[in-house]
Amino acid sequence: MGHTLFFAVVSVTLELALGTMLALAMNRAFRGRGLMRASVLVPWAMPTVVSGLLWKFMFDGDAGIANAALVKVGVLDQPLVWFIRTGFAWVPVILADVWKTTPFVALLLLAGLQNIDASLYEAARIDGASAWRQFRFVTLPLLRPAILVALIFRTLDAFRVFDLIYVMTGGGPGTSTEPIALYTFNSLLQYLRFGYGSALSVIVFVVTFALALVYIRYLGAGLTETKA
Amino acid sequence: MTGEPGRGRWATVAIVGLIAATAFPFYWAIVSSFTPESRLFSAPRLFPDTLVLDHYRALFTEREFWVPIRNSLVVAGTTTAFCVAVGALCAYALARLRFRGKAPLLALILAVSMFPQISVVSPLYLLLRALRLINTYPGLILPYLTFAMPLTVWLLVGIFRQLPAELEEAAMVDGASRLRTFLEVVIPLALPGLATTAILTFVYSWNEFLFALSFTLGPERQTVPVAIALLRGQYQVPWGQILAGSIIATAPVALLVLAFQRRIVQGLTAGAVKG
Repeated sequence: MGHTLFFAVVSVTLELALGTMLALAMNRAFRGRGLMRASVLVPWAMPTVVSGLLWKFMFDGDAGIANAALVKVGVLDQPLVWFIRTGFAWVPVILADVWKTTPFVALLLLAGLQNIDASLYEAARIDGASAWRQFRFVTLPLLRPAILVALIFRTLDAFRVFDLIYVMTGGGPGTSTEPIALYTFNSLLQYLRFGYGSALSVIVFVVTFALALVYIRYLGAGLTETKA
Repeated sequence: MTGEPGRGRWATVAIVGLIAATAFPFYWAIVSSFTPESRLFSAPRLFPDTLVLDHYRALFTEREFWVPIRNSLVVAGTTTAFCVAVGALCAYALARLRFRGKAPLLALILAVSMFPQISVVSPLYLLLRALRLINTYPGLILPYLTFAMPLTVWLLVGIFRQLPAELEEAAMVDGASRLRTFLEVVIPLALPGLATTAILTFVYSWNEFLFALSFTLGPERQTVPVAIALLRGQYQVPWGQILAGSIIATAPVALLVLAFQRRIVQGLTAGAVKG
């Protein structure tokens, strides 16, 4: 459970921070929109199993390009076996998740940004607001609903992470990267402890459902009244 | 929206960085999938000098990789067809008819679509085992409906609501029944939306891993993601074949999504940003 929480907090924070920056950039760029959209959609659409394996390959102890690059740049003295050192195994896992989902977060936020009235920025500029203050006092408050949606979406997803960790670390080394979903899966189908596994399932369900309720409270109201 | 030139440059740098960061793992995987096994484990090189088809050939001759491809096509295809056909009817009712309990029903569909798969694995497993459906196509398709159906209905409700109601009213004034209006007016109008929905459902079903792993026993019914995840070598990890399989698994969804990218972005963000 602690692992799930750790994974969720770290990866969701990174994804939102990077996603916001990307969305701001995408909102400004005029050229290469098509290429950009393509490069955003493909990681999102590919099987998670595949993206996990790609990153596992890049971080492989012997053949991995990450080690080669890090040694060359001088960050590492010698290749590091990422997946057998406790703690280090999280690095490729979180990178893979960030790589796969940040573009999606950026897309959600971009849609939010495009709803912001440009005249607000004009007014802020006339009042002499710096770029940072424009972002802080105009963009952020107006983007809040979109950020919230992205946040809840991503938290729910991060909470049930399974595929990625199953193929990348199998929960290892030991059980140091084992999230609740994998723990439940192993109890059920590896050790065939159906009662225990089902109890775990219920816990996952309750926690996710609580999160989902928050989500619906914020979003559901808006959706059901759109055209009623 | 103009901004100073300096900030425009910053945005360009960020975009180029994004495209490079996204594309590199693909480039690397494609290159590696064509690199001979012996070379994969020597020092990695950015620009390879020898490219071979060995891994792809091995995948189909030694591993019978067409079996998981066929399984994935059958399972994802049937799930999509069923979901769109039934989901369209549900969604139309939810979008146009007035009845009691509609708002809670919509909320329930949304809640189900967020349901963590892991928490239904155990009941479904026991259920499928009792029905002797473990390791069969229906044994995968039925569980897939649990996540695909809410997604389809949810997307289609949004699409049907955007259609102008006047056309339907006109058809009904002319004496067409609800069903006939639906089939002859609504469906043709919503065709692009239906296609987008079908693609998204297909992508989700094609990529699904947990159910496919839990409810199959052997290679004869495994789907592509499961087959790749379980590729094992006798002595070492067969990276070349894994990467070749990954490229094959990604190609169909990547092509579908790229072909319909503009619509898919709309479909994905529409539901989420209204709040």
